[in-house]
Amino acid sequence: MNGLGILKGLAVTAKNFAGSFSTKDRLVTVEYPEQRTELPENTRQFPFLVYDGTEPIDGLRCVACRICEKECPPQCIYIVMERDAAGKPAKKPRVFDIDVSVCMSCQICVEVCPFDAIKMDNAFEIATSDRFEGLLLKREDLAKPNSHFHRIHPTDAAEVDARLEEDRRKAEEKARLAAEAKAKATRARDEGGAGAAPKP
Amino acid sequence: MRAVHDEFHGDLMEVSMGPHHPSTHGVFRMNVVLDGERIVKLKPVFGYLHRNHEKLGEGMTWLASMPFTDRLDYLCAMTNNWAYALAVERLTGLQPPERAEYIRVVLAELTRLLNHTCLAGFLLQDTGAMGTPLMYAFREREKILDLFEALSGSRMMCNYQRFGGCRVDVSPAWLAAARKVVDAYPRFLDEFEALVTGNEIVMARTQGVGRVAPELAVAAGVTGPMLRACGVDYDIRKVDGYGLYPRFHFRVPLGDHGDTYDRYMIRVLEMRESIGILKQAIDGIPDGPILDPKAKGRGLRPPAGEAYGRIEGPKGEIGFFLVSDGTPNPSRYRVRAPSFVNLTILEDMCLGHTVADAVVILGSIDIVLGEVDR
Amino acid sequence: MTTPSLEQIRDRILAAVPAAEASLVNNPGPAAQHSLLIDRAHLVEVARFLRDDPELRLDYCSNVTGIDQPEREVVDKVRRKVPAPDGSGEREVEEKVKRIEPGFLEVVYHLFSMARKHGPVVLRVRTGDRAGDASVPSLTPVWRACEFQEREVFDLFGIVFTGHPNLRRILMWDAFVGHPMRKDYVEPDDYEWEPTPHDAVLERVKARQAVASTPEEGPTT
Repeated sequence: MNGLGILKGLAVTAKNFAGSFSTKDRLVTVEYPEQRTELPENTRQFPFLVYDGTEPIDGLRCVACRICEKECPPQCIYIVMERDAAGKPAKKPRVFDIDVSVCMSCQICVEVCPFDAIKMDNAFEIATSDRFEGLLLKREDLAKPNSHFHRIHPTDAAEVDARLEEDRRKAEEKARLAAEAKAKATRARDEGGAGAAPKP
Repeated sequence: MRAVHDEFHGDLMEVSMGPHHPSTHGVFRMNVVLDGERIVKLKPVFGYLHRNHEKLGEGMTWLASMPFTDRLDYLCAMTNNWAYALAVERLTGLQPPERAEYIRVVLAELTRLLNHTCLAGFLLQDTGAMGTPLMYAFREREKILDLFEALSGSRMMCNYQRFGGCRVDVSPAWLAAARKVVDAYPRFLDEFEALVTGNEIVMARTQGVGRVAPELAVAAGVTGPMLRACGVDYDIRKVDGYGLYPRFHFRVPLGDHGDTYDRYMIRVLEMRESIGILKQAIDGIPDGPILDPKAKGRGLRPPAGEAYGRIEGPKGEIGFFLVSDGTPNPSRYRVRAPSFVNLTILEDMCLGHTVADAVVILGSIDIVLGEVDR
Repeated sequence: MTTPSLEQIRDRILAAVPAAEASLVNNPGPAAQHSLLIDRAHLVEVARFLRDDPELRLDYCSNVTGIDQPEREVVDKVRRKVPAPDGSGEREVEEKVKRIEPGFLEVVYHLFSMARKHGPVVLRVRTGDRAGDASVPSLTPVWRACEFQEREVFDLFGIVFTGHPNLRRILMWDAFVGHPMRKDYVEPDDYEWEPTPHDAVLERVKARQAVASTPEEGPTT
C-alpha cells in the first residue's frame, strides 16, 4: 500500500520520542555546563609539565633537550635552556612556551619525551578573552604536580612512577657498585702501597 | 541539451551552488548550467580547504605526519592512520603483531560503521528529511566516538596507529564496551531501515537518480561503496587481503542499478557485514604485544625506496605513496584520497537531473572536503 | 590471481608496441614494488595495450602522482693517465669529476586490474627537463581516473599533460603563480601573521614591516 513506509517511519519516530523520556540509550545529550559527562581516563587535551616535590619550577622533570620541540607537528613548543652564571647549560628550561592556539592535542610530545616530563592534561575549558597572550602558556602555567597527573591518569601515572623508581633504583645500585669498586680499588692500592710495612 | 529556445524555455542559466551551502558537505562549489531546472553542465570547484598536506608531510618526520592524516577524512581517522601506517610498514619491512592487527580490524570496522551511519543521516538530510534521521544517526555515532575516546584519548583525531602496531593496548573492559555497542547496533539498523528504507518519498527521490554504468565507474577509478553499488565486485579487503581480513568471514554486497538508492542500500548492507567482522574480531582477539619490537617512532629512517600501501576505507581506496631517500623526512608523500577521485564522475551522474537531485547525488558520493582538498 | 612479473609485462609491451622503450626501475626497499619506465612518445599506446590486453586487463588506474627530481651534483671517479713528474712514462691517477645531473619531473601511475584482481603495476614516465620541456602525454583518454589527478599534478608540479581535455588548476586558484610541490618552490613571505612565541618569526615580521614602511629603500620586485 502506498504510504505504508511513511507510516512505519512515523511509528519509529513516535517510539523514539516516547522512549527518550524513559530509556537512557535514546537520550544521550547532557545539558552542559550544568551537567557533565565523565571524561575517560585516556582523554587528552593539552600538554602540561610534570614536577616532583613542591617547587613548580625547580622540580620540573624537563631537561630542555628540545626533542618535543623538534617533533611537534604544528611546531607550537618553544624551549630555551637555562644557563648558569658561568654560561654553562643547566638542564632546565628557562623558557618553555606552548601556543595552545596552535597545539592540536596529538600527544606526539608525550610519546617522544624520554624523561616522562610532559603529559596530557584533561582540562579543555581554557577559553580566554585574550587570544594571543592568554593562549600562550608559559612554564609557570604549564607546571603541574605529579599528584595532578595521578589524579587524571592514575594507571599511566602509576606505571611512570614505577618505571622512574626502577630507574632510580638501578642508578643507585650502579652508583653503589661503582663506589664499592672504587673503595675496593683504593683499599687494594693502599694495601699494596703498605705492603712493605708489617701487617698488624 | 536542447538547441532550440522557444518562448517557454528561456536561455540557459548558470548557478553557482556553494561554496558555503549546507548541502555541499563543506566548502565545495558546483558551477551548474541549468536549462529550466535540468542540469546541462556541472563543474565541481574545490580547493578552498587546500593546505598542501603533501608538502607538509615532506617537511616533517614520518611520525609527525600521523596526526595530520586524521585531518584528511575527519570522520575516519582510524582508517587513515592505518593506511599511512601500512604504507610505512611496507617501506620499512615492519610487521605488526597479531594482536595489533586484530585491534586495527576492530577499529577500522567501527570506523566503517560510524562513517556509513553518518552518510545515511546526511543523505536523508539532503533529500529533505531534516533533522530526525540525522539525529538518530549521530546518536549511534556518539557511542562509537566514546569508544574511540576511551581508547585513543580523542574522539575524532585519534592518532592511534603506529608504524608496526598501535599506540595503546585495549583493555578487557574496552572490548566488553565495544562488544556491547556492536551487539546493540543491529537493533538500531533495523529501526533506521524501518524509518527510511521503505519510505516512499525516499524511494522516489533516490531510485533511478544518478545512475552510473559499471564500465564508467571502473574507468573513472571510482572505489568503495560507490563502485560496488554498480555491481562491480572489488573490495580491497578481499583483493589485497591486507591485515588479517582473510581470516574473517564476510560477504561483499553488490548493487544492481548503480543509482543513489543502491548506494544507500550498499552502505546499510556493509554495516551489517561489518558487525559480523567485529563480532569475530572482538571474540578472537589474542593476547600478546601490540608493537613490533623493531618499531621506533622518533628518528625513524626507512631505507631508500618507495611503497604504495592502500586499504579499503569507508569511502573507497585510501592509499599512501611514499618515497624515502633514507633521511628522517619523506622525500615524497602522496595521499590517494577516495573522495577526490570519486568526484570525477559527478558531472556524468548529474546530467539531466534537477538541482535537487544533484544535491542528493553529491550526498551519495560521500565526500569529505578535508580529503578532497588536502 | 598473481600479477605477471614485470619482466614478462615488459616483454609483452615490447612485443605489442615494438617501438616503445620500456626499462625496469629497481626499488631497493623492502616493499620491492619495482616499476616500468616508459618513454613519452609511446606512453599512450603502451597504456592502451596494458588496459586492453586480455591477460593483463589493467583497467583501473588507482593513483597518479608526480615526483620532482631536481638537478643534483654527482661525483664520478675517473681514472686517467698522466705523465709522471720525473718524466719516466705515465702513471694512472684517480680523479673525482663533478658533473650536474639534469633534473626532471616524473609521473607515476599505479595500475590495478579490477577484472582480474591483480596489481599493482607501476608505470613511470619522465619529462625532458623541469622547465620548457616539462610535458608528458595525458592518459585521461585511456583511464578517466587520471582526469582530476593529472590536473592536480599539473597544478602542484607544473607537468603539462598534452591531450588532457581540461587542464586547469584544480586545488590552487587560477591566478596562483608557481607550483608548490616542486622542491625548489619558495613560499611567498606574505601570509598573515600573529604574535607568536617564536623570536625568529617576530624578527622576520619586524624586518618586513621596516621594509614596508620605507618602500623606496626596500628591495624592489
